[in-house]
Amino acid sequence: MEIKVKLNGKTVSASIDADLLLIDFLRDHGCYSVKRGCETSNCGLCTVLMDGVPVLSCSVLAARADGHEILTLEGLQEEASEFIGFIADQGADQCGFCNPGFVMNTIALLRENPDPTDDEIRAFLAGNLCRCSGYEGQLRGIRNFLSSRKG
Amino acid sequence: MEHKNYKAINKSVRKKDSMQLLLGKPVYTQDIAPQGALVVKLLRSPYANAVVETIDTKVAKLVPGIEAIYTWEDVPSQRFAIAGQTYPEPSPYDRLIIDRHVRYAGDVVAIIAADSEKAALKAMKLIKVGYRQLEAVLDFHQALDNPVLVHPEDDWFPPMEVGGNAKRNLVAHEDSGDGDVDEVIADCEEVLQNSYHMRSFNQAMMETFRTYTQLDRYGRLHVISSTQIVFHVRRILSNALGIPKSQIRVEKPRIGGGFGAKQTAVCEVYPAFVTLKTGKPAMLIYTREECQIAGSPRHEMEITVRLGADRDGHIRGLDLYTLSNTGAYGEHGPTTVGLTGHKSIPMYTGGLQAHRFHYDVVYTNTVPGGAYRGYGATQGIFALESAVNELAEKLGIDPTALREQNMLKEGMVMPAYYGETANACALDRCMARCKELFGWDEKYPVRDMGNGKVRAAGVAMAMQGSCISSLDVGSATVKLADDGTFNLIIGAADMGTGCDTILAQMVAECMDCTVDDVAVFGADTDVSPYDSGSYASSTTYITGKAVEKACSELKTKLCAIAAGMLGCDKEELYFENGKVCRIGSDQTVSLAQISVKEQLNNDIAAVATASHASPVSPPPYMVGMVEIELDKGTGQVKILDYVAVVDCGIAINPALARIQAEGGIVQGIGHTLFENVTADRHGSPIENSFMQYKIPTRLDMGRLHVEFENSYEPTGPFGAKSIGEIVINTPAPAIAHAIYRATGVWHRELPITPEKILMSMPDER
Repeated sequence: MEIKVKLNGKTVSASIDADLLLIDFLRDHGCYSVKRGCETSNCGLCTVLMDGVPVLSCSVLAARADGHEILTLEGLQEEASEFIGFIADQGADQCGFCNPGFVMNTIALLRENPDPTDDEIRAFLAGNLCRCSGYEGQLRGIRNFLSSRKG
Repeated sequence: MEHKNYKAINKSVRKKDSMQLLLGKPVYTQDIAPQGALVVKLLRSPYANAVVETIDTKVAKLVPGIEAIYTWEDVPSQRFAIAGQTYPEPSPYDRLIIDRHVRYAGDVVAIIAADSEKAALKAMKLIKVGYRQLEAVLDFHQALDNPVLVHPEDDWFPPMEVGGNAKRNLVAHEDSGDGDVDEVIADCEEVLQNSYHMRSFNQAMMETFRTYTQLDRYGRLHVISSTQIVFHVRRILSNALGIPKSQIRVEKPRIGGGFGAKQTAVCEVYPAFVTLKTGKPAMLIYTREECQIAGSPRHEMEITVRLGADRDGHIRGLDLYTLSNTGAYGEHGPTTVGLTGHKSIPMYTGGLQAHRFHYDVVYTNTVPGGAYRGYGATQGIFALESAVNELAEKLGIDPTALREQNMLKEGMVMPAYYGETANACALDRCMARCKELFGWDEKYPVRDMGNGKVRAAGVAMAMQGSCISSLDVGSATVKLADDGTFNLIIGAADMGTGCDTILAQMVAECMDCTVDDVAVFGADTDVSPYDSGSYASSTTYITGKAVEKACSELKTKLCAIAAGMLGCDKEELYFENGKVCRIGSDQTVSLAQISVKEQLNNDIAAVATASHASPVSPPPYMVGMVEIELDKGTGQVKILDYVAVVDCGIAINPALARIQAEGGIVQGIGHTLFENVTADRHGSPIENSFMQYKIPTRLDMGRLHVEFENSYEPTGPFGAKSIGEIVINTPAPAIAHAIYRATGVWHRELPITPEKILMSMPDER
């Protein structure tokens, strides 16, 4: 089937199999930031924004993206750059494999709630697994970013 | 303790790859592999013990897009081991690429290579296999001398004598000790004996096992793999495929986590075999399910502790027996088990009069075990620290005071640790500081919150090593680059931990430059100097020392080049503040000037390679304390606070060391409370996805607080020891202790799920 997707600001037309998952469509189109960590929608690594809302691209058919706007980390480099340095300062990037999904969901969080509490951060990002960092460093990074923004 | 004003050491600089990783750049195996590689899939046995009587691939091969399907008839017949260990490996050569006799539910029956995943999976369904099912050994208590043999074959081969005998299902056996433990324990006023059981927890790194293979422009096998051990993988492939090592090149890109899982060549042989047979690029990516059911998880172990003490709390005798389940193959079986005793008993060197440590490692028809952060010490420390907590509660002595009375102190010789001396040991200071930070005296008493919930605290100590002594080799090449900066080339594998960065910090310290002035490359068997690989907590301690040595040798060479430039004797020159200086004069030569000279009429290479090995493996130490809130109505345990104080010598990068500690603690919390592994009737883990295998989320770990108590290890680089593994060892015994405090019941089997807690308190409901 034919689909037309606005991917990171550019219109992409493609002929796809009906059972193609969005994650595979995105990786086929060069969005290598989108990672697969499980097959059961549990890890959050494949998080992308669909019409501005975070979705797990492993659980969305590419066909569902027809006529919609998809943003991956490739399309949000500037917005991510505002805060990722604070994560890096904590050393919390670690192996990095969960980073794109975590960064995407953090972008979604900060768009929705620019001044979240620690518990709100934990709750919003609860679906983003990380096996390396123990999460605390990621939280410190976001907290330091929020503090720096307040000056 | 030595104090120095370091410029680059003990500084929390960002990881060199941070921005690439956080911006999602394509740096992992699957991202950099060229499009169009054959997709490799593995057909796995559904049975725990069976012989493939017939296998028919004719129909499967008709599926459009199928390149090849290989079965046991197609592979070489020499046995090999896939454990990443220095040759000769302690792990037995007990594998074939595909064995007609499948030994666990998940063992490989066929390799399918296709131009798409869809085609490969379709073909997989069309392969007809006739299995002759055999009786299986699933319970590791029943394995030794069971008439059913997991490895009855005559070509089973141990490269090294470790006390194994395949005809007894025995992979390894040892009995060691110091003094007459039976006599000492017989003389003790209190004797405690219990068994502690830890299951085969999964590393659950976010990036599953994966390997890409191709023939390079010289026709050699080029392997790009997510691995911690490029050099061992080269040897393993050579053994498995029957081709010379010189025909194989192995490199690793960025790695999406390892934790020891990737210290075994779990998946490399399959795509390598496909590429060798077809001449075409091939890629194998394990699904999460394959990772869970056919990876290389922690060895299931049951450890029986016999502890003898006097009523005043003096621990006099320790006797540990470990039964370890290596599963269907022996990867890391003979070695993980050793740490259960060697990395637990020495913590009580203080008053110990005798100890014994003995073990058996057995085969069963279950998932083969492997290396997982902690490597046996985790299991041993759960057992021994639980036993010590049980002793404290029995004697009515505060468990921190009991430990202070018996613990290892700096300067002591450790009979249970190869007679090594604790040159750098801040275990006592870790305990004191942890008590203070945690507020032990206020939190240790059990507090009923009046709403069905109880708060309680627990404690544990831990140790690990900093390498495999007299065995591991680390190497580093440091060379002057064009513009007076440096290249550092290593064979150690940064798997996210930050070793590329901390080793660059060491170069920066030695060569008086910035960390940004050091470009790091690793790891590639064609380019890197030999390194055992990143495991056994060895990279900072061993490879770090090699970096120091290489820098020292490079300085000598830089002086020699500068001597030619100045027309003086090289003995008149020394390296200081990033330049070469002449004694008794103000003449200097900058690195930039030397790098120009290096390329102009020069006959001295501005490059140095050094290797390092160590006769000792200095232990890091740690104390962990946990406060939980336990719901007596549901058995639910909530972690409130986890405080840990770690002695890793000098932390080269405190931010990265802290993240190691936090990450390790959270993994420990996971296997203590949530990460269950139960087997179906074929011995295969039921928890085969993240849906069922619940690793901690950020809602599960409470508040973490980590601090460091420095010691100075004289044999380490800049006083450093290790940090990577020890950090996973305290949660299990500390949390089990807190649960006992809250419920009055000791749980000696992990994980301690709410169901188990609730069922254990019949009178409370």
